[in-house]
Amino acid sequence: MLLGSVVYITYLDASPLIVPHWQDHMTNKYSAFSLFRESLRGHKGWQPAWRSPKPQAEYDVVIIGGGGQGLATAYYLAKNNGIKRVAVLEKGWLGGGNTGRNTTTIRSNYFHPESVALYEFSLNLYENLSRELNYNVMFSQRGLMTLIHSEPDLEMANRTVNAMQLNGIDATIISRAEVQKRAPVLNFRDDARYPIHGAVWQGRAGTARHDAVAWGYARAADRLGVDIIQNCEVTGLLTEGGICKGVETNQGTIRAARVGSAVAGNSSVVADMAGYKLPIQSYALQAFVSEPLKPIMNTVALSPATGTYFCQSDKGGVVIGGALDRVPSYGQRGNLPMQEDVLSGLLEMAPALANVKLLRHWAGIVDVTPDSSPVIGPTPLPGFFLNGGWGTGGFKAIPAGGTIFAHLLATGTHHEISQPFDPSRFTSGRLVDEGAASGIAH
Amino acid sequence: MKRVEGLGLIDRRTPLNFSFDGKPYQGFAGDTLASALLANGQRIMGRSFKYHRPRSVWGAWFDDPNAIFDIELNGFHEPNCPAATTYLEEGMQARAVNATPNAHSDIKGLLDKFNRFMPAGFYYKTFMWPNWHLFEGFIRNMAGLGRVENVAKSGYISEQHHATCDVLVIGGGAAGLAAARVAAESGRSVILADDHREFGGGLFRQGGLVEGQTPVDWVTEQLSAVTAAGGLVMPLTTAIGVYDHNLVGLVEAHAFGQAPSLHRIRAEQIIMATGAIDRPVTFANNDRPGIIAVDGALEFLARYGVLVGKNIAILSNNSLATPAAEILRTAGAKVRLLDASTGPFTAHGGKSLNAISQGTERIPCDTILASGGLVPLVHLWRHAGGKLSWRADIAAFVPAKGPVGMQAIGAANGTFDLDVSLSEARGENLPKSTYTLRPIQPDLTAKGRQWIDFQHDVTLKDIELAARENYTSVEHLKRYTTLGMASDQGKTSNMAGLAAMATLQGKSIPETGTTTFRPPFVPVPFEVYRGARRGQYFNPLKRLVLEPELRAAGAAMAEYGGSLRPAWFGSGPHEITREAIMARRAAAIFDASTLGKIEVIGPDAAAFLNFIYYNTMATLKPGFIRYGFMLTERGAVYDDGVVARMGENRFIISCSSSHVDGVVARLEAWRQDGNNPDRVFIHDTTPNWPTVTVTGPKAREILESLDLQIDLAPEAFKHMTWREGRFEGAVARVSRVSFSGDTSFEISVPVATATALWQAALAAGKPLGAGPAGVEALSILRAEKGYLIIGKDTDGDTMPHDLGFSIPRQKKTADFVGDRSLHTENANRADRKQLVGLMAPPGAAALPTGAHLVEVTLGKRRSIGYVTSSYHSPTLGHPIALALIEGGAARMGEDLTVWHMGKQSAAQVTSPCFYDPEGAALHA
Amino acid sequence: MQRFPCPFCGPRDEREFHFAGEAGKIRPTPSAAQSDTDWATYLYEAQNPRGPSREIWVHTPCQEYFIMTRDTVSMEVLGTEQLRKETL
Repeated sequence: MLLGSVVYITYLDASPLIVPHWQDHMTNKYSAFSLFRESLRGHKGWQPAWRSPKPQAEYDVVIIGGGGQGLATAYYLAKNNGIKRVAVLEKGWLGGGNTGRNTTTIRSNYFHPESVALYEFSLNLYENLSRELNYNVMFSQRGLMTLIHSEPDLEMANRTVNAMQLNGIDATIISRAEVQKRAPVLNFRDDARYPIHGAVWQGRAGTARHDAVAWGYARAADRLGVDIIQNCEVTGLLTEGGICKGVETNQGTIRAARVGSAVAGNSSVVADMAGYKLPIQSYALQAFVSEPLKPIMNTVALSPATGTYFCQSDKGGVVIGGALDRVPSYGQRGNLPMQEDVLSGLLEMAPALANVKLLRHWAGIVDVTPDSSPVIGPTPLPGFFLNGGWGTGGFKAIPAGGTIFAHLLATGTHHEISQPFDPSRFTSGRLVDEGAASGIAH
Repeated sequence: MKRVEGLGLIDRRTPLNFSFDGKPYQGFAGDTLASALLANGQRIMGRSFKYHRPRSVWGAWFDDPNAIFDIELNGFHEPNCPAATTYLEEGMQARAVNATPNAHSDIKGLLDKFNRFMPAGFYYKTFMWPNWHLFEGFIRNMAGLGRVENVAKSGYISEQHHATCDVLVIGGGAAGLAAARVAAESGRSVILADDHREFGGGLFRQGGLVEGQTPVDWVTEQLSAVTAAGGLVMPLTTAIGVYDHNLVGLVEAHAFGQAPSLHRIRAEQIIMATGAIDRPVTFANNDRPGIIAVDGALEFLARYGVLVGKNIAILSNNSLATPAAEILRTAGAKVRLLDASTGPFTAHGGKSLNAISQGTERIPCDTILASGGLVPLVHLWRHAGGKLSWRADIAAFVPAKGPVGMQAIGAANGTFDLDVSLSEARGENLPKSTYTLRPIQPDLTAKGRQWIDFQHDVTLKDIELAARENYTSVEHLKRYTTLGMASDQGKTSNMAGLAAMATLQGKSIPETGTTTFRPPFVPVPFEVYRGARRGQYFNPLKRLVLEPELRAAGAAMAEYGGSLRPAWFGSGPHEITREAIMARRAAAIFDASTLGKIEVIGPDAAAFLNFIYYNTMATLKPGFIRYGFMLTERGAVYDDGVVARMGENRFIISCSSSHVDGVVARLEAWRQDGNNPDRVFIHDTTPNWPTVTVTGPKAREILESLDLQIDLAPEAFKHMTWREGRFEGAVARVSRVSFSGDTSFEISVPVATATALWQAALAAGKPLGAGPAGVEALSILRAEKGYLIIGKDTDGDTMPHDLGFSIPRQKKTADFVGDRSLHTENANRADRKQLVGLMAPPGAAALPTGAHLVEVTLGKRRSIGYVTSSYHSPTLGHPIALALIEGGAARMGEDLTVWHMGKQSAAQVTSPCFYDPEGAALHA
Repeated sequence: MQRFPCPFCGPRDEREFHFAGEAGKIRPTPSAAQSDTDWATYLYEAQNPRGPSREIWVHTPCQEYFIMTRDTVSMEVLGTEQLRKETL
């Protein structure tokens, strides 16, 4: 029966999902086969990706925020930590914050060992995420190049690439010719304002379909019994004897043994409910997409000098991102100066795109900490925990962020990866500042 | 499809030749590509994104999602041009995107047979094994529309204009024209913009007279009145977005191949008269070529004289169908009216239509004109944050609570009758509206596919699937099915999609919600956002006063910290070594003009600088100079430089070249926020005082021949002091400071005297073997001496005690910026990275800058620091390096392993000062 | 493109301005006497309000720092004040 055991174990590994008996008549598992079968019967058998339950009176854990971080936290709480009485409260629609607004770059090419541990763990989880969640999140490891424009850039690239290699990251420096081979649309003119000398290359970096990450986690968490409650806005925290005991919402009071906040763009607002201040300033971060084009760009390119990066989506749109707007904002809409800066930067990088048309642009609100690293940990309010401050880099950290925040919510103590990101670092001065060490942007 | 004599605004005396998918055609000036093709009987103009279904135009302007072309003219190629909004030009070569070999017979049309296997979001359910990347290339090649040619578009430059006005009227239809005239005649400054070549909006298609005049005459009269009253009219100009504080971005189209202009107009009042478009009707096969919007067909007739069919069925739910039928009949078509609210209908035909049926009744026709009611174009309203409300009587969202300074009129406001619209625009009492509509909703039981989003091939079944799988929020629906994400950004599909989801959930449309409207209103080239921010103007470099002299002396100019400076003088990088040796043996002459010269003046100046600097500055005596660090409040070294005290209340800060703006900003911030700004003043004089530095054993001799009227004897003019002299009658400030380790003088003079000073210094140096040197040689000299460059030899966490400057941290009692941060747990760590020197073994090459020092603990290689500067020292004859290393100061003499890109070598920790450690040369 | 009122130069394009921090944050003195926690609070904690926000801005062409109250959601400018009232 050895063979049977192997098959059984393989099956479990491939599919962590539990299929409740009442779903037998409906199609639950996604695969080429089930898609084929459903195609023959008019796709009538697909079950809801997640339920729309009414909130229960009490949970073990309530997570505020139904973005990638919140949903992943719920999933891992159920899967890794065995805590299934979990609710995710989302004031709007799932993934409607930064998860559904970001430019989806996933990479782990960081300088500090603390950052590498976090983002490399995340990248590893992403590499198997579609199969783990049984939902194609379209993680495309097309590589990312950070352009080197000058001799001082090259010296800094040496410093960062050596650090990455020592930390086990697949980073290398590639030549100008190699850059041209991988991304011929870039500006190789000798009179370019920022000529290309080469690039820092991480081949395992890439992009994923942002909505699918949120939906995949939501569906998988739902299957494990997590209640995902949309249109449920938290209006206050329920405290008893100085301890957080749940939340007040527009759908009534929900009690919980532990409450976690994963509300990118609103961390300070939720912290206000808990009665304390965060080392966070919120800004709009804009993103842009062009009309669909036939493939012209097969990797992600970032130019520190222009402050712009771009790639091409599977649908064909050129997806562009840049620096933060310079005006603190909760407005979820971008301003014209930064649009001009980013798109001018794009055309310095890729002048052939000058008459490609911008289809739409939008903005998300990012919570920026003084060292641009996340803040994860307990808060001054016992029973209330924070996962925030991801700035512009939260999407790539969703699987890791979910895992470590689940660990924190389940045990009340840090996962070793999240320890350096505890808010106490601001008192000790032990910041994890990538920009300060190496100019690496998040 | 044919031209009708006597109709249209086209110029029939000017025929224009063009080609589509390789076949030649002829149109007229004033045609769009779409109207010209229709006039030639060419209906099929493209293929849909997913199933490659044959498509013709649905709309006659920006509301057409189907006909998208790659166009080439005179060697200029542009992808993704909408056929309905691209005016025809002689010689245009157009190709349908996404069709192989052409729109008429696309081999990928076969995909449509497999549509059942590709429902909404099918890719989320498969392609997971072994990984997505394996399938991605295939999917990517299938996706995408136009093709980009990888060539820079020289001369393709968007002009950028700025304007302000009292009233900006967006949309030059009846309402917009009337409102603009009223505003202009009341004495307000008015700008009126319309995206067509001709003003008039929907007036031409409505057929009858306007206030007793033909539409053309009426429009002409209004425009004359507006311009006569001082108003500005802008045709071919589309408002793409309303931004904060009433700023409107407008894009003015030009001839093909010429970049559109961007107008940024700040208006006190924005009048949105953007009109309305037809909502499609959801019925089986409703995407077939020949199914056209009612208002689209009327536009083709009225503007281009093209009658879109002979035997027309109008499928409409509103009162505009009857007058439309009348106009089309007059133009020569046979027209049958069908009530869209009675459902279910099915279109019959493939590449051409032959009938529409309802139940068993089959009505032969070659064209179906559809309208599910008018949808106001409220995009700009939403950009500005305005609210919408649902009007059940017209089944549409209309502008409600508005943004400050914005008003909606006419069809954009849900006012579809001409007379009501004009009254609304003029602020008069409103006559009764005659527009009526019968609500429609999709028939879920109907057989056949019913299209919701034409370009993206989203059908009713996809919406049903989304509902079944609980993607019911409007945003989930949109993202899961890609509904509304096509080139038209949902202009044609959003209402049909909302109606479908509402029906599926048994809710009303307003309960289902509305989607976000994101700028730009129509797709616009990236170039529009760039304008002059290109090439060297993208981030302009600072230029030196002496640049012509430096170039004449053979300078190779390069960018250093935002300034264009000489890297070396002569024929190549090998000159750097020559210059470094020359500096040590004779003297080097540098342009050091970029060094900061920031004056700090006032009774509180000394106390202020004492607070700003890590080092004590209050005790500095007039005539003396002191080296010091500026820290951030987090305790990190921000800048290093020297401070010269000019007098009791006057100092000059000489900061790093690339930090001048930053230092001024931080001085001003502390001056104004926390100090009495009447007692200390900051004045940046950097650009006013070009500086020539002379360094080396012969420096004094060179200065002596400049006749500066200063006693230059070593005991009279000591290191770290300054003197005021004269050069050719002008003031010359001479500082004896050194960044090389040798005797050095920095001479700063007014701009007008700089050239003479430079030339005199070179002339004086030449017989002594001295000459000009660039930044690269100076970098070697300073590294030999162990002098650091902030940002290169320090990082954002480096504190002064990491650099060997720990006395103020221990002794300074007065508060200073960053003080408390020097005593945190982090600041006291034993493993802080400290600046040291590194020596490679004899005969080894210079260490790579950026190489790391590693140690092996528990079998794991770990970085303990990195090389920050590294050179071969021509003077010392061996490589030298500076490095930041954990606990470096305690490691003197230690042998370390160097690691660079997988290769290991050795180095020994030394003092960072390799040259003249006793300072004899410096003080000579 | 927002338009901010410099109290000295009048309304100007937002590109001319830089955000310099929240208003009302006073450097604690003497700094040496501050606890780690108090110092960290001064350095890092932010009000970061959603809605009306009192902030310090600098108009870079004239180098004047001033206090501006804005709404961080609607972007409406609610008023400006001279900084010196705050500091003297």
